[in-house]
Amino acid sequence: MVASKEKLLEVRHLKKHFEMKKGLFASSKSVLKAVDDISFSINKGETFGLVGESGCGKTTVGRTILKLYEPTSGQILYKDTPIEGLLHKEMLPYRKKMQMIFQDPYASLDPRMTVGEIIADPLIVHSMYSGKERMDRVKELIELVGLQRDHLNRYPHEFSGGQRQRIGIARALAVEPEFLICDEPISALDVSIQAQVVNMLEELQEKFGLTYLFVSHDLSMVRHMSHKVGVMYLGSLVEYSEVDELYTNMQHPYTQALLSALPIADPDRAEQSERIHLQGDVPSPINPPSGCAFRTRCKFAMQVCSEEKPLLRDIGNSHMVACHLSNQ
Amino acid sequence: MHLLQVQNLRTTFRIDAGQVQAVRGISFYVKKGESLGIVGESGSGKSVSMLSIMKLLPQNAELQADHVQFNGQDLNQIDQKEMRKMLGSEIGMIFQDPMSSLNPLLTIGDQIVEPIRIHQKISKEAARKKAIDILRIVEIPSPEKRLKQYPHEFSGGMRQRVMIAIAISCNPKLLIADEPTTALDVTIQAQILDLMHDLKNKMQTSIVMITHDLGVIANMCNRVLVMYGGTIVEEGTIREIFYQPKHPYTWGLIKSIPTVSTGKREKLIPIPGSPPDLIAPPKGCPFTARCEYAMKICEKIPPQQITLSETHRAACWLMHPKASGVAKEVTV
Repeated sequence: MVASKEKLLEVRHLKKHFEMKKGLFASSKSVLKAVDDISFSINKGETFGLVGESGCGKTTVGRTILKLYEPTSGQILYKDTPIEGLLHKEMLPYRKKMQMIFQDPYASLDPRMTVGEIIADPLIVHSMYSGKERMDRVKELIELVGLQRDHLNRYPHEFSGGQRQRIGIARALAVEPEFLICDEPISALDVSIQAQVVNMLEELQEKFGLTYLFVSHDLSMVRHMSHKVGVMYLGSLVEYSEVDELYTNMQHPYTQALLSALPIADPDRAEQSERIHLQGDVPSPINPPSGCAFRTRCKFAMQVCSEEKPLLRDIGNSHMVACHLSNQ
Repeated sequence: MHLLQVQNLRTTFRIDAGQVQAVRGISFYVKKGESLGIVGESGSGKSVSMLSIMKLLPQNAELQADHVQFNGQDLNQIDQKEMRKMLGSEIGMIFQDPMSSLNPLLTIGDQIVEPIRIHQKISKEAARKKAIDILRIVEIPSPEKRLKQYPHEFSGGMRQRVMIAIAISCNPKLLIADEPTTALDVTIQAQILDLMHDLKNKMQTSIVMITHDLGVIANMCNRVLVMYGGTIVEEGTIREIFYQPKHPYTWGLIKSIPTVSTGKREKLIPIPGSPPDLIAPPKGCPFTARCEYAMKICEKIPPQQITLSETHRAACWLMHPKASGVAKEVTV
């Protein structure tokens, strides 16, 4: 794979806060900080892996970049053009370049449309091709994702999970996007099918020079897919680096715990490995701990961790870590 | 004698389109105090085979077995009513989804106390004390307070702990866990697996762990059954299955997952195609259509289980002496 170091997408200090509705007589509104000041960039033709547990805000990041959610503050630069303030109409040409693959292949396809109609739909929305040409494009797409032309007249329920995910990918590719947000694209699939879909995503990336934001909780798949990886905890990035650097030299206690919690599919190594035990659950993002959000579960927590929120710092090799420990 | 011994179990479901042969003649055993893993993809019959043993099948299911023995009792002979007495007291069950398997209208306390009172016939107060003890065993902080709370006040991991508490409340001899950690985050999954591991050692309970995650198997189990298309294609200790797998489906399973230690961008080797249709299952080996080593005989005659060691069995024609070692060299 040839990856030029041209930035395709950059996110600066992105915040997405949701206001929670309280009772009629409540005096103050509470705010859920789903994404709280996140910055990263993705190079053209590369994959950025975003990992974290449920509720850490990784999906919200993806959706906010596509402006499916209006960002609270911060900048989203697509090829150096800020798109966060664009109106719906102005956004359309960018929508064509940025597409999304969803987690649940059962819920993300309209059961009343045929596969042909589903794949043609984005072409109609963006007025691309017409008549026979459009049909040809749809046929080309279905073959591109490894299905057959005669599948086009069938309905989604006639397909297995892996095949449905292929249909979702064909739909996303229809408008010739440059950037794909893959939101847990394989977590609903069986293991043997996961590898099929992942290999296909990689082949498509090579063929069309696609750029991916790969959102996942699966650390081993993220390592396999990504060039750069960001680890999220409670709305913030805690660590961010090139993939090999991150997996061989993890600095943040949360990243270490996350990796050690992953069951290793190898009995001998599973026996030897020392698990880092994280106590308790992820705190509520409505009322996160002061200072470092991770301190309540961190065994290295110090006085300063409750007083000051650690900022992302470069510790060399453009390896960014937000932890007071690595400041010393 | 083994705790659970099953001979030639078959389960079919009648549906409009025909008969779904979900489990097609499987035999296995569970030893006292061991944990047995069952892997396979969705629809391979792993859950249905365990539900069949517990007679927890819907009306349209038909069940046949030459022999099912649990703790010296012939389960073929007893009816559903007697079975219900054993469920909860001698066989405990943990389901996949802790969000939907607890009753949202009852407090956690009510739900733990209920099986204790039904099976052990002790007073309300004694049962409540026992419930508090059990919540302590599953490491739920301040159990007295938690007892009065409802499921929605618990997180996913905590709910799964409650499920485990209910399942072990009557000291069952066998604990069946159906994808107990699939709905949980990795850090919570690690907590729950550790807890189950400790409980197994402490209480000498046998565990049957149904999962599709080979990592969970490698960390939790002593032995593994690999299921495909309603049959057991390979069976062995975890070391036999991970280090000397003999069935091409097992090879495929192991090769299709990336490991954190392998460098990036090493191509994954997927298993092509999709699982067989169990309404009209293939005549021969169910894996034939997806197997790169398939021979003519594989389509025609189902392979017999071949015994490789005291614990290791596999059903594949490749191990037949006449298969001329087509794929004997394959290493994983």
